[in-house]
Amino acid sequence: MANDLLKSTNLPQDPERATLEGKNKFLGFWFFLGGETVLFASLFGTYLALKNSHLDGVPANELFGLGLVFAMTMILLTSSLTSVYAMYHMKNNDAKKMNLWLIITVLLGLSFLGLEIYEFQHYVRDYGHGFTTSAFSSAFYALVGFHGAHVAFGLGWFILLIVRNWKRGINLYNAPKFYIVSLYWHFIDVVWVFIFTVVYLMGVVG
Amino acid sequence: MSTTATKKAGFGSVLWDYLTTVDHKKIGILYVFGGFFFFILGGLEAMLVRIQLVQPDNDFVSAQFYNELMTMHGTTMIFLAAMPLLIGLMNVAMPLQIGARDVAFPFVNALGFWLFLLGGIVVNISWFTGGAPDAGWTAYAPLSIFSEGHGLDYYSIGLQITGFGTLMGGINFLATVITMRAPGMTMMRMPLFSWTTFIASILILFAFPALTVGLFLLTFDRLFGANFFDPSMGGNVVIWEHLFWIFGHPEVYILILPAFGIFSEVIPTFSKKRLFGYSSMVFATVLIAFLGFMVWAHHMFTVGLGPIANSIFAIATMAIAVPTGIKIFNWLFTMWGGTIRFTSPMLFALGFIPSFTIGGMTGVMLGAAAADFQYHDTYFVIAHFHYVIVGGTVFGIFAGIIYWWPKMFGKVLNEKLNHWFFWLFFIGFHLTFFVQHFLGLMGMPRRYWVFLEGQGLDLFNLISTIGAFFMAAGTILFIINMIYTQAKAPQASGDPWDGRTLEWAVSSPPPYYNFKQLPLVRGLDPLWIEKTEGNGKMQPAEPLDDIHMPNSSILPFVMSLGLSIAGIGIIYQVDNPMWWIVAVIGFVIFFGSMAVRSLKDDLGYHIPKEELEKEGDGSNG
Repeated sequence: MANDLLKSTNLPQDPERATLEGKNKFLGFWFFLGGETVLFASLFGTYLALKNSHLDGVPANELFGLGLVFAMTMILLTSSLTSVYAMYHMKNNDAKKMNLWLIITVLLGLSFLGLEIYEFQHYVRDYGHGFTTSAFSSAFYALVGFHGAHVAFGLGWFILLIVRNWKRGINLYNAPKFYIVSLYWHFIDVVWVFIFTVVYLMGVVG
Repeated sequence: MSTTATKKAGFGSVLWDYLTTVDHKKIGILYVFGGFFFFILGGLEAMLVRIQLVQPDNDFVSAQFYNELMTMHGTTMIFLAAMPLLIGLMNVAMPLQIGARDVAFPFVNALGFWLFLLGGIVVNISWFTGGAPDAGWTAYAPLSIFSEGHGLDYYSIGLQITGFGTLMGGINFLATVITMRAPGMTMMRMPLFSWTTFIASILILFAFPALTVGLFLLTFDRLFGANFFDPSMGGNVVIWEHLFWIFGHPEVYILILPAFGIFSEVIPTFSKKRLFGYSSMVFATVLIAFLGFMVWAHHMFTVGLGPIANSIFAIATMAIAVPTGIKIFNWLFTMWGGTIRFTSPMLFALGFIPSFTIGGMTGVMLGAAAADFQYHDTYFVIAHFHYVIVGGTVFGIFAGIIYWWPKMFGKVLNEKLNHWFFWLFFIGFHLTFFVQHFLGLMGMPRRYWVFLEGQGLDLFNLISTIGAFFMAAGTILFIINMIYTQAKAPQASGDPWDGRTLEWAVSSPPPYYNFKQLPLVRGLDPLWIEKTEGNGKMQPAEPLDDIHMPNSSILPFVMSLGLSIAGIGIIYQVDNPMWWIVAVIGFVIFFGSMAVRSLKDDLGYHIPKEELEKEGDGSNG
């Protein structure tokens, strides 16, 4: 029976939920995301309470440039789409195409992260907007930084899974792993949509 | 490995066994012992507090040490004693009650325990490194960000680690209840303790992240120069209070609902009647949990949120008395006309009902926002929450430990000693806390290290301290009983209490795979149905087959150790950047073991059918 788990032939339609372990992971991870929602909600609440406390520092509407952030948004949204393609190929038991789309996802994620790092150091260098500048800056870096840390963690997770399973194809043991990392990836994408709206759009307009 | 094999094994292999175990019963035992250790520690702190307050102007401890004592008493009892003890009992009983072989995530379960234990140890290391946290267990800002030394850093980092563990535990229980129930065990046939485990886990899942964020912000403020709670930098201290209580209020229901569940097991068993109003009990549990999320601001009536906010939160708070009242009456009606046996778990259940009702009553009083301005931060509040937490949760924990002791250790605790324990503890509890209501109404503020002579406070404080010694004596008796029982008592049968639920259908302690064949559940109180309508044994729901088991692993321990080392490094990097090396080493261990977990296939193993056949009838007896 144990060997069946590692075979990549004759996979059922939803290999990620075919075993009890897979079902548990699937369900448990949704619960975890529920908890993560509260985590980000708390950070959003803190940010909203402190966003006008910039003291002598630069206020939000002078700080943010929507061009860069829009590009980042598009990149991250696209990476969500490519991870959907990867899952599509996983369900069709096509490991090669899945890996290809996963690699594209990782590359998009890396470029998002690169742009975010550039954005942060731009704020620090050109505006003097550091983590300790004001309550506003602390709240901004805490919220966006938590998201960025999640992206970084997700990238590490993707890379680990791709490398580990490069040669052995899709099976009932690793399918749930691929599936939940893509769930995680969608979640941080959704969080970013809220950050884009609440932090950047409302920061520039509101 | 059977129990006899474990007994013969040497100390080293037993230690290794417990360090690597992923068996929910062993993890449950670890949780119970870990929690009990911290319970004793928190109790000692409470004793020192009471000794200091035995007479006016006492100088038994210094003001600073008093602050540390009362902070650590609260922190220890809530995070490191009450909750782990409950999670331990959940681990021991819940999977058996729903007819599962293990929890959904055995590895995560072990991780949750080690994070709790090492996080708790991190908090307590502060005693030896220049002072424990001293800003009260609520750590209100800005007091907490201006507190000198590293006490509050240990608080935020240690509780962070413990909190991760609790969150893991909660997710694990949720998935377990949903996917691992035995055939026929529908949600509305689940024993109440399993239901309250499920609901408390939902509360953990949605409440703890708020604390996580609060603690992160506190850490950032104290160690990384952020300005969340520093008003001079534009920060806002009320954010901490909101985050803390958005977590903190559901937390009290995390503590009380499982205790309700324990009483809902104990009372039917010892009344020989099914639980009165089962579905209304479930409904009331869900309703309490739901309302529990929208009352946090009743801890903040005096902050100045305005009359409208205060009124809304006051009404929501008082509404919780309704489902709680439903529960109280259901327990009373369960006993009504039943054949009551006054065993020690039942005594705790009987003692709980009036004690908790008093606590509920003062809760409604405190919920009246206008009146709360008078009670706020006085001993009236102290009396109130000790009536619900000791009179509810701690009584529940003791009832549960005694009730499920045979499932943990295969022996029944000595009943005579336990009766003494109950009466000492019960009388001591009321002596200690009843008078504190009046101390509060007289205006004695909480958290002060001395009170003055000639204020009419002397006598009640003396009575309170005497009561505390009664409770201590009772607890010591309980410890003696544990040792005595394990040394002298005979092996217990699988069903020593004439129980009604599935955990009593397996031997005491159960085989490591719990059920040789998953039982077929025919209704509520499945074992009782088989006792009254069948042959007294659970019927199997599946043919005998290989059983899939998870592998043991040292990784949960290593991971938690790594995170704790990283935490210590983070605390001290403000003094000397070299400590970053320690932090990095810790994180490398932590993420490294995570990666190992991900990279290494862990398929578990199978117990072959033939071996199970050899072991005879493990399903009952």
